[in-house]
Order: sequence, then C-alpha cells, then structure tokens
Amino acid sequence: MLGRTSAGRPGRRWRPGALASRLVAGLVALVCCTPLVVIVTKALAVGPEKAGRLLWRPRVGELLGNTLSLVVLTVSITVVLGVAAAWLVERTDLPLAGLWRVVLVCPLAVPAFVNAYAWVSIRPDLNGLTGAVLVTSLSYFPFVFLPVAAVLRGLDRSLEDTARSLGLGPWRAFLRATLPQLRPALMGGALLVALHLLAEFGVLALVRFPTFTTAILDQYQVAFDDAAGSVLASALLALCLAFLTIDLVSRGRARHARLGRGTPQRPTPVRLGRLTPVALAGIALLVLLAIAVPVGSIARWLVMGVDSLSPGELLAPMWSSLRLAAAAAVLTTVAAFPVAWLVSRATDRLDRWVAVAVERSTYLASSLPGVVVALALVGLAVRYLPAVYQTSALLVLAYAILFVPRAMVSIRAALAHLPPELGDAARALGDNPVRAFLRVQLPLVLRGTLAGFALVFIAVSTELTATLLLAPTGTRTLATAFWAASESLDYAAAAPYAAALVILSAPVTYLLMRRTEEVTAT
Amino acid sequence: MSDVRIAGVTASHNGRPVLQGIDLHVPEASTTVILGPSGCGKTTLLRVIAGFQAPDNGSVALGDDVVVGPGLWRAPERRGVGYVAQEGNLFPHLSVGANVVYGLDRSARRDTGRLTELLRLVGLDVGLADRRPDQLSGGQQQRVALARALARRPKVLLLDEPFSSLDAALRTSTREAVADVLAREGVTAILVTHDQSEALSMADQVAIMHDGRFSQVGSPADVYDRPADTRSAGFLGDAVTLAGRADSGTVHHALGVVSVEHVPDGPVDVLLRPEQIALVAQGSGRPATVLSSTYFGHDALIDLDLGADPREPGSAGAPSVVRARVRGQDVPPDGTVVSLQLLGEPLVFPHPTSA
Repeated sequence: MLGRTSAGRPGRRWRPGALASRLVAGLVALVCCTPLVVIVTKALAVGPEKAGRLLWRPRVGELLGNTLSLVVLTVSITVVLGVAAAWLVERTDLPLAGLWRVVLVCPLAVPAFVNAYAWVSIRPDLNGLTGAVLVTSLSYFPFVFLPVAAVLRGLDRSLEDTARSLGLGPWRAFLRATLPQLRPALMGGALLVALHLLAEFGVLALVRFPTFTTAILDQYQVAFDDAAGSVLASALLALCLAFLTIDLVSRGRARHARLGRGTPQRPTPVRLGRLTPVALAGIALLVLLAIAVPVGSIARWLVMGVDSLSPGELLAPMWSSLRLAAAAAVLTTVAAFPVAWLVSRATDRLDRWVAVAVERSTYLASSLPGVVVALALVGLAVRYLPAVYQTSALLVLAYAILFVPRAMVSIRAALAHLPPELGDAARALGDNPVRAFLRVQLPLVLRGTLAGFALVFIAVSTELTATLLLAPTGTRTLATAFWAASESLDYAAAAPYAAALVILSAPVTYLLMRRTEEVTAT
Repeated sequence: MSDVRIAGVTASHNGRPVLQGIDLHVPEASTTVILGPSGCGKTTLLRVIAGFQAPDNGSVALGDDVVVGPGLWRAPERRGVGYVAQEGNLFPHLSVGANVVYGLDRSARRDTGRLTELLRLVGLDVGLADRRPDQLSGGQQQRVALARALARRPKVLLLDEPFSSLDAALRTSTREAVADVLAREGVTAILVTHDQSEALSMADQVAIMHDGRFSQVGSPADVYDRPADTRSAGFLGDAVTLAGRADSGTVHHALGVVSVEHVPDGPVDVLLRPEQIALVAQGSGRPATVLSSTYFGHDALIDLDLGADPREPGSAGAPSVVRARVRGQDVPPDGTVVSLQLLGEPLVFPHPTSA
C-alpha cells in the first residue's frame, strides 16, 4: 500500500492534527492581536499634535497619578496580606489551617464590583483612594495568597533544613532560603493584581475614583469622543505593557524553583506559641472584612427588598448571562486547545518558537483591559462590518480574546501530565491518529479541559466592563442589570443580582485552587 | 512472525544526523539486541521501524511487506508492530484488562478468555485485570505492556529499554520472564538497551551502535570474544589494553609474546579481558604488585602494577597498571607481590595513531 504524501508523512515526530493545530493557533494569535493593532493605529491617526494636546492635560496627569497610586498601594497590600496569610496557613501550627486554606480563596467568588457595592451601600462615605484601595485589596489578595500557598506547600523541607544546618536562624532561613523560591509565584500574583487594577471599572466607578479605565468609559458613553478615547486607551496600553515588561525582565533574572516529584516531606511547622491568638485574630479579621462584610451586606439588602422581589425579573438577565457564557466558553476552549496542544507537543525548534509566540500573544491580548478590547472591536465593527455591531457575536468574540489564557493554562496543565509516548503506544496498537486522540489523549485531558471551560464560563457570566460597551441594545445580563440598579443607588433592587453573581462565581474558588496546585506541580 | 530487513536507513533530527546508514537483518523468531550508549541513535532506529518517525533515506521490510521505501511510508497503525517502551506507557485511564485488549477489535475485547490467556502468558495473576496501572509494580507494568503488544500478534516486537526503569532485582527476574515469553511464542524481537549484560544474555544477535552506525553485528560470544575494535570491546565489559609492538608477525607486550597475522609492523594495542589474567604460584609468571581491589562477593577486580620491566623494550611509556578478575575468596591484600599469567590468546589491533 502506498503511503500518503505530505500530510500523511510525519516530520521529525508524528503529531496528530499538526496542520489543523497550526492553522487554528495562527488564527487565534491574529484575532487576539487585532485590538492592540486597532488601538495603536487609531491613536497614531489622531496625529502627534492633537495627541499631545489630548495627553498633556492636567486631567490626564490626575488620572495617571490616581492609577499609579492605586496600583502601588493595592499591590503592596495584597503582597503583604497574601504572603503573611499563606505563611501562617502553610508553615505554622495555626489552628484550623485546613479551614483557612479554603476560606481565604473565597473572596474570588465575590466579583470586585459586587464587593464594592456591598461596602458602599453600608458605608456611603467610603470613596476616593481609601475606598478603592480597601475594596480592591480585599478582593484581589487571593491572587497572591493562592500561588504562594501552593508553592509553600510543595517546597521540600530539606531546603530550610539545609539553611538551618548552615547556621541560619528560623527567620533568616525563611528569608534567605524560602522567600527566593516564592519569587516567581509572588511576581505572578502581583502582576495579576496590577493588570486587574488597570482594567477595573466597576469598583472605581462606585467609589468615585477616576482612573484611565473609568475615564475611557466616560469618554465613550458621555461624549462618544473617539480620538480622546483612543489616545487614553493607548496610554493605558503603555502602562499595561510596562508592567508586563517589568515582570518579564525580573523573571528572566530569577532562578525558578525546581520542585521534586512525588510528595515532598512537609517541614516541621513553626510554633506560634503565645502569638497564636494574635495570628488567629488577624486571619479572622481578614476573613471578616473580605467575606463576611460583602455576604452580610448583600443578605441585608436582600431581606430589606424581599417585598419587591420578583423572581421572574431575574430570569431574563440570568438566561442572557448563561447563554453568552456558554457560547463564549465553547469558542474559547475550542480556540485554546490547539494552541495548548502545539505548545506542549512542539519538538521542532521552529514549531516551538511559533507556538510560544502564539501563546504569548494571547497572554498579551488578554492582559489588555476589557474596555480597550471592547473599544477596538466597536471601532472595527462600525467601520468595516456594521452588520456585527450590536450583536452577541461581537460580544462573544471580545470575551474569547479576554479569557483565552484561562482555558489555555488549564488545558496545558492537563497536557503536561500526558506523556507524548501514549499517543505512539496507541498507534502501534492499531489506532489511527484520530482514534488515538479520541480513545487515549482526549479522555486524559478532559478534566483539565472542562475545568478551563468552567473558568471561562464563570468569568464571562460575571463580566461587566466589556459587556456594558458591547451588549446589544436590550440585552441585560446579570452584571449589567446589577449595574443599572446600583448606579441609580437602588441597593435593594441590586441585591438579588449580586446574590446570583456570587452563587455563579462560587465554583471558581474550587477550580482555581485545583488549577494552582496542578500548575505548581508541573 | 516475520523477519525484518533494514537497508541504508539514515535519519536526522533538527538537521543533525542521527542514523548514518543502518543495515540489519533480524531472522524470524529470533531476538536482536541493539546495544549502544545513550544518544547513539538506537531509539531513533526503533521509532523508524515502528513508524513514529520517517527516515531521510533507506527501507524497512517486515517479511515481504515493505513499510518504508522510496516514496513510501506506512502509518504505524498499519504496520503490525508491537511496541514496548521504557516506562511501559500503560494508559492510566484504563484498567489493566482494558489495556491488554486495547488493540483488539470490539468483539475480541469482550472475550475474557483471550484476556486470561494473555495475562497467563506473561505470568500475571488474572485477578489483576481490574486494577489500575498505577496499582502495579514496575515489573508488573512491563509485563502488562508486553501482553498488550503481543495481543495483536505483531509481525515484530520492538522493545525500547524495557527494563531500565526497574530496580536491579526486579530487572533480572522481569528480563528472564520476558526472554521466556519471546522464546516460547517464537517472537521476532528487536530490543534496544545500553546494558551489556542484558544484551549478552537476551540476544541471538547483538548489534553495537556508535554515533548512528553499527560498529559490529554478531552473536553474543562473537562480539564479546572478538570485538571489532577497542571501543566496542570497552562497551561490552571491562577490558585491559596493553601497549605492544608488532615486528614481523610477533608482538611483545607486558604479559608475554603473541604471534599475529595481517598486522603491519609498528605500535599495537593488545586487548584482553580481566578474567584472562590469572594469579599463579610465585615465580612462575610475570611479577606484579597489588595496588587495590574491589570486592563483589562472587568475584573481585584487582588493579595490579606491573612496574618497569627491562626485558620488554616495547613497553616503554605504556601504562603499567592492569586489571584482573579473580574469585572472591582469592583476593590478596594490597601491596602483595604476585605472579601473573595470561590465559588464552589476546586480540591485537594496530594502534589508532599509527593507522
């Protein structure tokens, strides 16, 4: 029998669906980079003179000052809170560590803008920088806590033991042997917080603290000033790229922790002794502020508005949210799978380079604030494809661009556990590439893929900023319905939506905990 | 089962040549072991035969069936090869039983009799069929992988370092069990390894690979006793190289004189195995001083200093330390002066720099 040519002939190594993977991966990279290109092109088209005038205003200086002070303060606070909490839970004999480990991730189940509503509705005087820093720190510290705790849990005790045997005290051993190992996790968490802060709209609008993102939305909604909007968006983009560069440069120097396989020996916990009550009180206070306050506040408004509550009113936005989330999660997973496959399976130097470039471009695109992506897509649609403007399709595409990495990271973690040789084994046992994929590889990565799907689903169903800009007229999602009510200060009417958003987000706690451990383990 | 014919196979990876012209004939129902250091290309050859990788040139035929040739490349699933990898590569989401019958068609997969027969064949308890692969020991996993590969009655079985992930005790017993199955079933097998004792004990034919080429192909006794060069000799076991000088058919070396044919005059390497050096009664052989010994229980290796000997002009500047293998109970203390005698004929190769 004659062998098939080109497509049937393997390169250096046989990869099923290699061609299809590469095509989809290229397309994904292209689509993801579009917003970036559009915003920069538009800003350039404004012209240097006008752009200079638009940027060189006291107003822009104020926005820059606000944005930077928010980022510096909140990132510092989340790093301190995250590391301290992770160390107490994982490295000391703090009572109820197992409970705190789960509870301290729970703030992620309350979308930040819902948290802001919960605080502002009981403390209307909470505004400006103080309010912004308080709410965002309480909402985002799990982004630091989660990876740092996972690394601390995975670290072998021998490291600190060795440091102790070399004459270091327990504190110095932690600072000099353990802390450097935490650096990649710490930097990753801090970057995530910073990017979220750049993109944050809901919280800052509620506490009336203007930053670039809120200004861009105002510009768009009130004045519909395209030139000013895209110049501001470019400034935001530049900030975002600056943070990514700082992270990349410092990562390049850091030596990454190499974790051994199997179960490492757990270190002997540090005895807190007389400090135990202080530590317990600190953790309890954190839990009180980050979880009890928002949940209690929502519950209070729910009870107060119980007379006017009509479940039917909730159904339409709920259905919109779920429908959009399902569509976006399907599209995102389908787009992410080939990229993840390519990255984890590429053996050629060229293939590997292309795969990594595609992967990085999706990270870059998704680290852009939702408002930037949405504005770019609006501009593109209005100009070239008016038919898709004001349709769900455009909104779903924006979601996919924003959330592709969430699906990709999960799928990659699953693929990392899958030895490439299993595919070979299946082929030698008579399976063609498609059957081998369906019988061996797919079942083995299904859990990770579904977890990625779920993460995207949850993120989309609680997304506010891009939805406000792109949702077709008349489409109300849970987030936009909540927003309409809380913007008009009708806190009781907003409560049912807030509760629904929290319930929808709850599984994220479990999913992120599991994913962080998988990613740390690989 | 069929024989395997490989001709002129070359392959490269990222532009770097890995296989540089491989020819091999594996007779039906025999085992050929490819022995070589890691990175020599032996696994690549196995992957080319299995169809996981395409060669740049050359052909592979399984019996009358050409699976690789000019303009021809058959997908692995249509070649009828069995493949057992280093770690077994059992499918972790399937039970042991489902792994074994994986390659059978749907109706045969339901036939529990076939499964029982296959598990018995490799010496596994039938009760293990419902276990998960990770509940088995490494040796049991390799037996399952073997049963899974044999279930389809492949034309040839390819084994890629199948015992290297097992610990020493398990390695020997698993090796014996596998050799037994291969012999009983009349399997044509190609096994790849870097372990010389595995190669010598399992092979009907040994092929020694260096840098993508076979340096020698022959029976185990052949390659051990008559290695093609000093490098192959060193790879098959401990070897002692003595310097000597050939002079019209006679070679003088530190342990005596040997007559040779077809060796040009000039410096030569005299090659012998440590077990060819015997310790004899004082005065009846070449005197030497015991430097150190390594004790293994059943036997021991002794490093001996021959010292300078004015009787042998050819030995000037040559290393004067040789290694002998003796019975475990015959180890003399360090510093003892003993007498050495050479058993059997050593091999003589022209010294590389003089060639």
